[in-house]
Amino acid sequence: MTDGTNTSIPIKMESKLSRDLARGTTYSAPFELVHKKKFNLKEGFFLTLVRTLGLTGAIILMIILAFVVYRGIQVLSWEFITQSPVESMTKGGIFPVIMGTVFLTVLCMIVVIPVGVVTAVFLAEYSKPGFILNAVNMSIYTLAGVPSVVFGLFGLSVFVVTLKFGMSLLAGSITLAIMVLPYLISTSEEAIKAVPYSFREASLACGTTKWQTIRKIVLPTALPGILTGAILGTAKVSGETAPIMFTAAAFFTPGIARSVFEPVMALPYHIYVLATAGTHIEKTRPIQYGTALTLIILVLGMNLLGIIIRRRQRAKKAW
Amino acid sequence: MIEVSISSTGLVSVVVLLLIGFFLFKEAFEIFYQAGFSKVILGGSWYPTSDPPKFGMFPLIAGTLSVTALTAVIAIPLGIATAIYVAELASFRMKEFLKPLIEMLASFPSVVLGFFGMVVIAPILSSWLSPLIADRLPEVLKNTGLPFISTYLTDFCHDRFFISSGLNMFTAALMLTVRAIPVISSIAEDALTAVPRTYREASYSLGAGQWQTIWRVVIPSAVSGISVAVILGIGAIIGETMIVLMVAGGAAVLPHWIFDAIRPMPSAIAAEMAEAPYGSLHYHALFGVGAILFVITFILSLISDFISKKYRSVRIGEKV
Amino acid sequence: MVDGSQNNHVIKIKDFSIFYGDLKAVKSATLDVESNKITAMIGPSGCGKTTLLRSLNRMNDLILSCRTEGQALFHGVDINAGDTDIIELRRRIGMVFQKPNPFPSSVYENVAYGPRVRGTKKKSELDGIVHDALVRAALWDEVKDKLHESGLSISGGQMQRLCIARSLAQQPEVLLFDEPTSALDPISTAKIEELILTLKKTVTIVIVTHNMQQAARISDYTAFMYLGEMIEFGNTDTLFVHPTHKLTEDYITGRFG
Repeated sequence: MTDGTNTSIPIKMESKLSRDLARGTTYSAPFELVHKKKFNLKEGFFLTLVRTLGLTGAIILMIILAFVVYRGIQVLSWEFITQSPVESMTKGGIFPVIMGTVFLTVLCMIVVIPVGVVTAVFLAEYSKPGFILNAVNMSIYTLAGVPSVVFGLFGLSVFVVTLKFGMSLLAGSITLAIMVLPYLISTSEEAIKAVPYSFREASLACGTTKWQTIRKIVLPTALPGILTGAILGTAKVSGETAPIMFTAAAFFTPGIARSVFEPVMALPYHIYVLATAGTHIEKTRPIQYGTALTLIILVLGMNLLGIIIRRRQRAKKAW
Repeated sequence: MIEVSISSTGLVSVVVLLLIGFFLFKEAFEIFYQAGFSKVILGGSWYPTSDPPKFGMFPLIAGTLSVTALTAVIAIPLGIATAIYVAELASFRMKEFLKPLIEMLASFPSVVLGFFGMVVIAPILSSWLSPLIADRLPEVLKNTGLPFISTYLTDFCHDRFFISSGLNMFTAALMLTVRAIPVISSIAEDALTAVPRTYREASYSLGAGQWQTIWRVVIPSAVSGISVAVILGIGAIIGETMIVLMVAGGAAVLPHWIFDAIRPMPSAIAAEMAEAPYGSLHYHALFGVGAILFVITFILSLISDFISKKYRSVRIGEKV
Repeated sequence: MVDGSQNNHVIKIKDFSIFYGDLKAVKSATLDVESNKITAMIGPSGCGKTTLLRSLNRMNDLILSCRTEGQALFHGVDINAGDTDIIELRRRIGMVFQKPNPFPSSVYENVAYGPRVRGTKKKSELDGIVHDALVRAALWDEVKDKLHESGLSISGGQMQRLCIARSLAQQPEVLLFDEPTSALDPISTAKIEELILTLKKTVTIVIVTHNMQQAARISDYTAFMYLGEMIEFGNTDTLFVHPTHKLTEDYITGRFG
C-alpha cells in the first residue's frame, strides 16, 4: 500500500499534486506569508444579499402593521367596541361585528376540538401502518391545501342549501371547523406524540387499559400543547373571510344573534364589504381602518398568546 | 368499544374530503353537461350576466396562471432567502425574534392584506409611479438624444407604464407575495435545519466558506424539502381569495401585460356568487370553477407528498 | 513535508486553555507537534482531548460560547488571532471525524469538493487530484469503477477512507484524526491504522483515540490528558513503559477508564 508517489500514474492523469509531492513542496507560499484574512467578494456579496432579502418579509409586516395601527388607532375607542353601527355604518361602533366573530370562532372550536383531538389520538395511539393510515394522512394533508373559497362553496351547498340551515352562524361555524380541522389534528398529534413513551409504559405496568392510560396520563400531559394548537387555530379562523361569505356573513344584522340559525356580522367580512360594496366607501374609511385594527389585534394577539404559552411549556418541560 | 369509536372518528377527515369532492362535482355537473367540458374550460369569453350568458372559463384560468407566475417569480426567491437567513445566518437572538414574526405573518388576515393593497399600494401605483415612469421619465430619456434610449425605451415607458388603475395583476402579485413568503419559508427552513450538522462540519473542515457551504452542501441536501415548500407556496397563491378579490381588478379577460386587470378563479367565485341565483346555470358554473380549483390543489398536494416521500429514502443510506 | 527550515515543530501549543462559557474544558496545555510524526492524545471521556484537537483547525468556532487563552502556533502564526485566515488554515490542517460523514453525492464529487471550493475548475486537473487522493488513501482500487456512485453506498471502512481522501485532496500539511476507527470493525480499523502509518511520510498527523493500544501501536509521541489537564507528554515508548506520573500509570494499566 503506497501513498501514490510510487504508483505508475498514466501521464494524462498526473496532477500538480504528484509533481509537487515529488518535488517536496505542495504550497505556493508558506503559511507564515499568507496567513492574514482575505476579503472574499463572492462570499460577502451572497451573504449580504441573502440577509437583505431574508429580512424583507419581516420589514413588510412591520410596515403594514404600522400603517394600519396609525390610521386605525384614531378610530378605536371604548365606544367603538361597545356600540352598534349607526347612519349606514358611517358612525358608531362595531360591537355586533366583534360578537359575530367571537360567536363564529367559539362555535367553530367547540365543533372542531373534539373531532381533531380524537383523530389525533387515533393517529398517535391506535392506528396501524397500512392503507387506512395512509388514506387518513393523505386526506388531512390534502384538506390542508384546499382553498378557503372551496370550503365556502362546500358549506353553501351542504349546510346552507341541502341541510337547510340557511345563511347562519351554524353553517359558518361548521364550515370554518372543517377548514381548520387539518391544522388542529396535526398540532394535537404532535402534542400527543411528544409525551414520552416511558409515561405510557409506567401506566400500563400498573395494570391500566390503553384507554385509561390515554385518558389519565397522555391527554393531560399533552393538554398544553393541544391548547396551544387550539389558540393558534382560533387566530387563523377569526381572520378568514371566504368560508363565511356565502354561509354566515351578513352586511347588517340589527343586534347580536339570538340563535345559531341567524346570520352574523363578522370582522373580516365587514372590512371587505365596507371597502368594496358599501354605499359610502370613502366615508366609512375610518371605520374600515378601525375594524382592520381590531381584527389584527385579535388575530395577532391570539397568535402571540399561543407562541408565548408554547415557549413557556418548552422551557418548563422536565423531560 | 372505545377503540371502534375512536377509529371511526379518525376516518372523519377522509369522509370530509370525499364529501367535498362529491358536492363540488355534483353542483358543477350541470354546466359541464350542458355546455361540454372542453368548451367550458377552454372557452374564451366569461360573460355570465349577458344574454345569452357565456361561461368560457379560460380567462379566469389564465388570470390565475398569470398572477401565480408573477407572484412566484418574486415570492420564491424571497421565501427561500428568508429560510436560508433564519436557518443558517441569523444569530440566536435574531432567530427568536424573527421566527414568531414569520408565524404571525402567516396568520395575517388576507382581507387586511387586500385592504392594504387596495387603499395604499394601488393609489401609489396609479398616482405616483405611473406619472413618474410614464410621463417624467420618458421626457428625461427623450432629451438625452441617445439612439436606443430616446426612442424605443421612451415609448416603452410611456405606453407600458401608464397605469390607469392600481387594481391590477401587479398589485395583486405584490400582496400575494406577502401571503406566500411565510408558507415557503417555514417549510424550506425546516428542510434546511434537517440537514445533518456533520455535512456542514465536513465542509468547513475542508476550508470552505459559509456561503460555499450553504450553496454547495446544505441547499442541495435539502432540495426535496425546498421543492415541497415551493409547491405548497404555489398552492397557497392559487387558492388565495380575498387579496385577488379586492386588488386584481375584476376584469374577466385575458391579460396582456402585468398592469392589466384580471379576475382569477377564486375572485370570480367570491364576487359573483352573491348574485347568482340558486340553481341557475351561473351558480353551477361557479361551482365548476370551484371544482377546477379543487382538482388543481389536490394534484399539487399529491405531487408535493410524492416528492417528500421519494427523497426521504436517500437518507436511509446514511449511517450517521 | 519538511520545508527546509530548522524548526521541526509544525504546531506549538503553550499554556493553552479553552473555555465553554465559564467552563474551562482544557487547562493550560503545552504540546509540540513534530512534523511528519504521529502525535496521539489519549485519556478518559471528557478529558478535553477532542476539544483541544478541534481547536487546532478552529472547528470550535462553530460553537458559540467557545473562547481560548494562551498560545497555539502553526508555523509560528497564532491560530486564534482575529486576523488569521481560517479558510487557509483549514486547508492546510485537515480533519477526519469519528463517524464517517461523506456528502450525499458521488465518490468523485466528495473528493473533488475541496479542490472545487478552492477554485479548481478544469476537469483534467480535478481528475488528477481525485485519482491521487484516492490512491494516497488506499481506496483507488476499490472504487475506481464506482467513481460516480453515491458516497453512501460503500462500506463503513471505505467511507472513512473516502473522508480521508477528501481531506487529502486539499494537500494538507497536517491531518487531525478524531477517534477515526471507533465506529469501525477490527479489519477496517487495521487498514486505517496501516494507512495512517503510510501517510506519515508526507503529512503530519495528530490523532485522538479512546483506544490506548492504538496509540501505542502507531504513534511516535503521546499526550495523556485527564479532566482538561495535560498530565504527561512525550515519546510513546517512554510513556507507556516508564510513565512519569502515577495518574498516567493508573490509566495505562487500566485502573480507571
